[in-house]
Amino acid sequence: MWEYTEKVWDHFYNPRNVGEIEDPDGVAEVGSLACGDALKLTFKLDENGRIKDARFKTFGCASAIASSSVLTEMIKGKTLEEAARITNKDIADVLGGLPEQKMHCSVMGMEALEAAIANYRSGGRQKQRPSEGRVVCACFGVTDSEIERVIRENDLTSVEEVTNYCKAGGGCGGCKGEIEKIIAAVQQDKIKLTKAAAPKRGAKLTNLQKIQLVQQTINEQIRPALRAHGGNIELVDVEGNKVIVAFRGMCAQCPTSEFTMKDVVEAKLREFVSEELFVEEAPVSE
Amino acid sequence: MADKSHTIYLDNNATTRVADEVLEEINPYFGELYGNPSSMHSFGGQIAQKVRQAREQVAGILGCDPSEIIFTSGGTESDNAAIMGALAAAPNRRKIITTRVEHPAVLAVCRDLEAHGYTIVELGVDREGRLDLAELEDQLDDDTGLVTIMYANNETGMIFPVEQIARIVTSRGIVFHTDAVQAVGKIPLRLSDSEVCMLSLSGHKLHAPKGVGVLYVRKGTRLTPFMLGGHQEGGHRAGTENVPGIIGLGKACELAAKYLEHENTRVRHLRDKLEKAILKKCPGAMLNGHKTDRLSNTTNISFEYVEGEAILLLLNRFGICASSGSACTSGSLEPSHVLRAMGVPFTSAHGSIRFSLSRYTTEEEIDAVLDALPPIILRLRELSPFVPKS
Repeated sequence: MWEYTEKVWDHFYNPRNVGEIEDPDGVAEVGSLACGDALKLTFKLDENGRIKDARFKTFGCASAIASSSVLTEMIKGKTLEEAARITNKDIADVLGGLPEQKMHCSVMGMEALEAAIANYRSGGRQKQRPSEGRVVCACFGVTDSEIERVIRENDLTSVEEVTNYCKAGGGCGGCKGEIEKIIAAVQQDKIKLTKAAAPKRGAKLTNLQKIQLVQQTINEQIRPALRAHGGNIELVDVEGNKVIVAFRGMCAQCPTSEFTMKDVVEAKLREFVSEELFVEEAPVSE
Repeated sequence: MADKSHTIYLDNNATTRVADEVLEEINPYFGELYGNPSSMHSFGGQIAQKVRQAREQVAGILGCDPSEIIFTSGGTESDNAAIMGALAAAPNRRKIITTRVEHPAVLAVCRDLEAHGYTIVELGVDREGRLDLAELEDQLDDDTGLVTIMYANNETGMIFPVEQIARIVTSRGIVFHTDAVQAVGKIPLRLSDSEVCMLSLSGHKLHAPKGVGVLYVRKGTRLTPFMLGGHQEGGHRAGTENVPGIIGLGKACELAAKYLEHENTRVRHLRDKLEKAILKKCPGAMLNGHKTDRLSNTTNISFEYVEGEAILLLLNRFGICASSGSACTSGSLEPSHVLRAMGVPFTSAHGSIRFSLSRYTTEEEIDAVLDALPPIILRLRELSPFVPKS
């Protein structure tokens, strides 16, 4: 069982400001059913431009509900400029802290607030959270700029921490290498050197070496990630630079995935084996 | 506010209360009767006598010969020993067939072996959690060293046709293991008439203490021991016996045989009552798993648009213990692998709750859950942004 603070329990058992404001000045929806938590935030301003009322609806666990509830209390009476300065850390601090694995709940609160303010400033035109940057984690739809931000604001130094804070890397795990690179870029010398040993890349490969290295890369770099998501991959054949694979399981049908698994596998094989490789999916037989 | 002093324990697939009769039986073996069953004196010899009796009691509920019982530290060790031991005894066979809904004690072992050059075939299940036996038959070949398929699923209670599967597999000369941790004591077994080669059971799932289990190994099954260092358990599992645990498990098996009928009548009646009323009273509630091919004590229900951890923690306030397949409760970010394998949509997988009853469950407890749960679901639905406005 999670160790929540008294304040988290209080806001979970007695959530404040539940509901939706009719005709709000700002509105935002973040998260999704697939991801396991989601928050709809609405607010209304008074004549001086201060937040007069804020309401929320949340699908999620106790800490998601508590984070949303406390957020509505925190922003009431603030100007939008003041509210915009609230970070996920502030939300967690007011709650007296959250378990590490639940920090993403506070991030969801911050994102909803930002999006609701952006919605107001766009005159209500902007309905979705402005998505900046490139999607790194396709399972949970997290972009590189979002990852950079949680790293910077919470001083994160490992992939596991990033996953706790914004879920990136918590699905198939295929983006963990990329998250590591983002951490390295942001934190530079601070990162813990715990990199998994990658297969060595030689200069010139014989056919046999290439096939072995492809298999090794699939076994060590690709399959564990797919496994985490209930999927699997099989190496069917290698013809020259063409690697033929077959996919099984959930990854192929992931509803939030916007990319093809083929591209991920190809990127990994190019990284670890040879730039010239390309991947094809085996035709479905029978 | 409900009375919190009374715990309503409906999480018996996670662990069970140690039966009073069991506790009474094992107490002396923590105290004055501390002898080593292997010793050459009667102080130890009397303990060996009790261990022998426990072995007979376990053989009784499994319907097998006492010599086919190996005591272990629990279900996980039994699964590990069965899988590793069977493969080590057939080094030329490199393929394992299992299912996508196995307990991690099987699935994680198989997937680890994959990194050591084994091919793992994980059979899928349909929306109701059932296997396609034709697919299993297609996969059996001369390279297959082991088929391991659970008897009953811990999350949904789904029962697989294990006797039939065992016949199919062993007719091809392949070893068949089943994780029966959830089945023993709930489903009548007669292993002497079955083709099952190996079977795992766990003490603490049937009112014995934690830390003891059994691996049944049918006579003639080739198995390489994986714990070396002594002659105990016929050389199959070295290490001084967990005497109180083993004696407790023996007693628990004897009791389970006695209560088997009760499990399938009274416990089933209470489960059905709980399930029917929840599905009726709670909007957006639906059953996960097949309606009839199921353990009599388990029900797994999804509540659309609400999240499992929130439900559990609100139930907890009433002293009600259950579990969930939601991502949040596991500390991972994804919901139960079993529900995902069944294709349960995300809209309901995150909000799944498992209630698992036992012989100690009372009608009053079921009524208390039925009082507490519907308002909790309604309240969380009011909080949920996904519930369509009425």
